[in-house]
Amino acid sequence: MSVTDMTTPLVVDEEELRHARAKNRERIAKWVLPVVVIAFAIFMWDRVVVWNDIPHYILPGPGLVITTLIADWGMLSSALVVTLKITLAALSVAVIGGVGLAILFTQSRYFEMSFYPFAVILQVTPVVSIAPLIFIYVENRLAGLLLCAWIVAFFPILSNTTLGLNSTDHNLRDLYKIYGATRWQRLRYLQLPTALPYFLGGLRIAGGLSLIGAVVAEYVAGTGGIGSGLAFRILEAGYRLNIPRMFAALLLIAATGVVIFTAASLLSHALLHKWHESAIKRES
Amino acid sequence: MTSPNTIPPMGQREKLLDMVNIDKVFNGNVVALKEMNLTVNQGDFISLLGPSGCGKSTALRLISGLMRPTSGQISWEGGQNSGDLGVVFQEPTLMPWATVEQNVWLPFRLRGKSLSDVQDEIMWALNMVGLEKFQRSYPRELSGGMKMRVSIARALVTEPRLILMDEPFAALDEITRHKLNNDLLDLRDKLKCTVIFVTHSVFESVFLSDRIVVMAARPGRVSSEVTVDAPYPRTEDFRTSAAYADLCRKASEALHGAMNQHGARASA
Repeated sequence: MSVTDMTTPLVVDEEELRHARAKNRERIAKWVLPVVVIAFAIFMWDRVVVWNDIPHYILPGPGLVITTLIADWGMLSSALVVTLKITLAALSVAVIGGVGLAILFTQSRYFEMSFYPFAVILQVTPVVSIAPLIFIYVENRLAGLLLCAWIVAFFPILSNTTLGLNSTDHNLRDLYKIYGATRWQRLRYLQLPTALPYFLGGLRIAGGLSLIGAVVAEYVAGTGGIGSGLAFRILEAGYRLNIPRMFAALLLIAATGVVIFTAASLLSHALLHKWHESAIKRES
Repeated sequence: MTSPNTIPPMGQREKLLDMVNIDKVFNGNVVALKEMNLTVNQGDFISLLGPSGCGKSTALRLISGLMRPTSGQISWEGGQNSGDLGVVFQEPTLMPWATVEQNVWLPFRLRGKSLSDVQDEIMWALNMVGLEKFQRSYPRELSGGMKMRVSIARALVTEPRLILMDEPFAALDEITRHKLNNDLLDLRDKLKCTVIFVTHSVFESVFLSDRIVVMAARPGRVSSEVTVDAPYPRTEDFRTSAAYADLCRKASEALHGAMNQHGARASA
């Protein structure tokens, strides 16, 4: 047998092959399984309705929900736009307010001591219980909705970003001091990048919460007419026993939540994949 | 800063820094450092050697200005300017979100210089530590030894008058540590820089330095000084030479002397 034989076939290692096969299976299953399970659930939902002859005002089948979604698209889409506007506006204000407050907190211990309790009180009080008061004091209904959604959404951003800004490596902090960094330089070059992964974690939670806040606030605000969102359409459809429309609106809310979460996750990946542990895939 | 072509022999070096009667007391009663006197000359490679709690890291923090002494004075020849100091910690202490060149840029960036302005300096420093091909890499893509090299490049890039190293190689494996020891001596030979190196390894201190300041604990203080009169450049051959073994024994004895002073005091 010659050592320089270039045609020697690659050595096949059974264990490695098994690993490769298992990995491949897992990659496919990751996408296929959820789709199959959801499809099966929808199918069973349909069957249960058909087999038991359940009337559509009790439980509509999935087909009817889709038909209603298409038929009522004009009304539902404008309601979706309203809910989406409130959600995104609340999220934006939560980001600005949460990050801004977090920066103020880390710049001044005394400021943090003074105002952190307020933030906690706002957070732990259920928004449903504050909302009626807000709608008494705030004339503009849209502003009231925004305020409610903001109260729910801003805390995770505030607390995560504060934690991140305070998590800088102490040696790096020393290094900045030795090199005579200004407070602004330290914030910009050291604290903000350190806080980024924490902030993005907060953003993912806040995205979902701002939608919940917007929906809850709409329920409380209740009044219809112009500028009514999905939650109001659900309430209204409930009064009219239009159950298929309730389901259609619900479907839109759930889809909105999924889209927001996915967008936040993609943003997180785009910003972190080059350097942060959470975004790095390891070969095991 | 212009470097002389060779480091003058000990005794003929110009003074760089003086620590006079330095005391550092924490919480009113914990004496971290007592009556420390140390003169650092240009071109010195000083190791601070001692058991934990002897105040060697405290001494570094005092020199770097991160702490002020409780009493006593630290004076720089010609006054201290920003950029006089380069620091290397036990961990590489790199910013994970920044590339290698951005990390090395830091001392300049904090002085308001743009990356393109100091590109030459950065490449020079990376060249010095053998990482010129990795300027665009992120720290996570580098090995432990390479990260430490980036950290050293960052300390060198401003051509500081004094480089402080706080047990920089303690967390590395022995083979990498020896390699970095050799490279550090090469650097020192090229740059004629002055180094204060904290370590608790007798062997490392003998291999690297020309002055070993042996420190004792409780209270932290200078116990004795060992002069390592072996000539530079020192290579791997030096590590296996009789002279090296001899010097290590001398330094070990000095270190044990320092520990026994403490023991005698504790049992008294």
